[in-house]
Amino acid sequence: MAEAATQEQTAGDRPLVRFAGVAKRFGQITAVEEFTLDIGEGEFFALLGPSGCGKTTLLRMLAGFETPSAGSILLDGEDIVAVPPHRRPVNMMFQNYALFPHLSVAGNIAFGLRQERAGRAEIAERVAEMLALVRMPDFGRRRIDQLSGGQRQRVALARALIKRPRVLLLDEPMAALDKKLRAETQFELMELQRRLGTTFVIVTHDQDEAMTVADRIAVMDRGRLAQVAAPSEIYERPNSRWVADFIGEVTLLEGMLAEGAIETVLGRFRAAMPAGGRKRDTVWLALRPEKLHIAAQRPADGNLNAIPGTVFEIGYRGDMSIYKVRLADRSLMKVALANTSARGRASFGIDDVVWLSWPPEAGWVLTR
Amino acid sequence: MGRRASIFNIVSVTLGLAFLYLPIVILVIYSFNGSRLVTVWGGWSLTWYRALLSDRAMIDAAWTSLRIAALSASAATVLGTCAAVALTRLGRFRGRLLFSGMVYAPLVMPEVITGLSLLLLFVALDVDRGFWTISIAHTTLTMCFVTVIVQSRLVSFDRSLEEAAMDLGCPPLKTFLTVTLPLILPAIAAGWMLAFSLSLDDLVIASFTTGPGATTLPIRIYSEVRLGVKPEINAVCTIMIAVVAVATVVASLASKRGAVRRERAGA
Ligand SMILES: Nc1ncnc2c1ncn2[C@@H]1O[C@H](COP(=O)(O)OP(=O)(O)O)[C@@H](O)[C@H]1O
Ligand SMILES: [Mg+2]
Repeated sequence: MAEAATQEQTAGDRPLVRFAGVAKRFGQITAVEEFTLDIGEGEFFALLGPSGCGKTTLLRMLAGFETPSAGSILLDGEDIVAVPPHRRPVNMMFQNYALFPHLSVAGNIAFGLRQERAGRAEIAERVAEMLALVRMPDFGRRRIDQLSGGQRQRVALARALIKRPRVLLLDEPMAALDKKLRAETQFELMELQRRLGTTFVIVTHDQDEAMTVADRIAVMDRGRLAQVAAPSEIYERPNSRWVADFIGEVTLLEGMLAEGAIETVLGRFRAAMPAGGRKRDTVWLALRPEKLHIAAQRPADGNLNAIPGTVFEIGYRGDMSIYKVRLADRSLMKVALANTSARGRASFGIDDVVWLSWPPEAGWVLTR
Repeated sequence: MGRRASIFNIVSVTLGLAFLYLPIVILVIYSFNGSRLVTVWGGWSLTWYRALLSDRAMIDAAWTSLRIAALSASAATVLGTCAAVALTRLGRFRGRLLFSGMVYAPLVMPEVITGLSLLLLFVALDVDRGFWTISIAHTTLTMCFVTVIVQSRLVSFDRSLEEAAMDLGCPPLKTFLTVTLPLILPAIAAGWMLAFSLSLDDLVIASFTTGPGATTLPIRIYSEVRLGVKPEINAVCTIMIAVVAVATVVASLASKRGAVRRERAGA
């Protein structure tokens, strides 16, 4: 309901891409199941999920390399399942880039236009334009084996963009890059997408990457759609324990739903009622580490939820420290504390007794 | 550790190489022998190469052999490549196992049997034996070698290159011609060279399938040697060794260069 409304809003009345009840089976293996999703024109959309959950299969069905076992795929309102890959106005950037080793950089980029029998002058002009777009203006004559990994990635991007596709598909485009280059490339990709206005669909198993680049994310779990929403929505208001746990760090407290609160073995915590939740339902309170406050004393403010514990472990990460605090039922709760003071390490040590507190709106109640 | 060559290793390697190459080396050296007697050294000379130039029959035989080798190698390359593509790309079609068995059978079939069966076939069909029958027989013999070489390349071929081409608007057949074929060309060239060399030095199958009009070089040499070894034969054989050696080296360089390039391109 709430979920469907958000999706409707962003994908628009006439989505560019629509997966309708798509399934894909390889013999005994079911790679994708009951998959329904709309992607709007001009969106930067991410398919996110653990490895093996069917992301690549979904992308390959959109490109035309796999045929769905059931359901239909619509592009601009038309079913494209029967259209062969070379006639789809969709281009793909492959995970291993798949650059043609027997062609130069310019030859690779021009390949798509050559298939359209474009004129020499037009090809030369568009190739130069693409090389400039990926900031490699002088690389046209190079051989592919003379390029670094990052340069290959750009050439693959230019090659996939030259035909001005309706949708650009990117399969783990940054998996082969080192961490620093990956972060730079993410921002470049975002800027490129904004400038061109092309619909991008990116596949990734890296949640930070999806959160950074995408307007909307579809989280997948074993071939099914788990949740689709904007990154902040997915992080702040996950629709299941699985999504909450997959995206970022979270502590889950199991309990029973009461009026404006949840009853757990550790006490009663005030929280907003989940939509459709009934009293006495088994629910879970999801708490993100950075939303918790840690102090030596119980907070005076009676509105805050509070819980005592002892510091069990401290992980120093530079910008912040992650505390694992052991609670009365011996479970651990994660708390993040920004290291804002120049001295770095905060003032709690192992085995210190501390109080964790949070305002009622910082917790999120999950019903499944 | 015991990685350094021991006396035993050196001796066995030397003996092995000598066993393989001594006869050839002797043959090559004696082709430059100035003496008429095969077993007596008479100083360096090019007499026998000069004599060869005026030996009409020998030159005709060499020319026939080269034409047969070029023709049958080309036919075997086309057919062998098609078979390799069918075996790697068509998935598990009905009768795939039988087909691959049939393609590879000539690899292990005794040449006498291949030759004899082809002879029976040609007799049954009542065709005139000669240039064409030898060419067909050699195509049958060498096709499977081409298939083996091309297939091993296709198995390691990165299919996403073909998918990328199709994704960019290239229809399947054109994809094969503009992406797959150029990339497996070194393997195809190596296959052709191997087929060419095999055809050039085949005696058994050629003897079975030849007719009065067509005498290949090995047949010619063999019939001359039966009347006693003439020094000219040494010269012919030396030239053949050179041709086959060059073909083999070019073929292996071609496929190696392809592999190195592929590796560097990360494909
Ligand atoms: N061609 C195929 N044949 C058989 N199984 C496949 C094939 N392609 C993918 N699969 C299976 O489908 C599942 C999803 O694969 P994939 O879409 O590649 O996952 P992801 O990209 O999310 O890692 C996996 O279990 C994988 O083994
Ligand atoms: Mg994948």
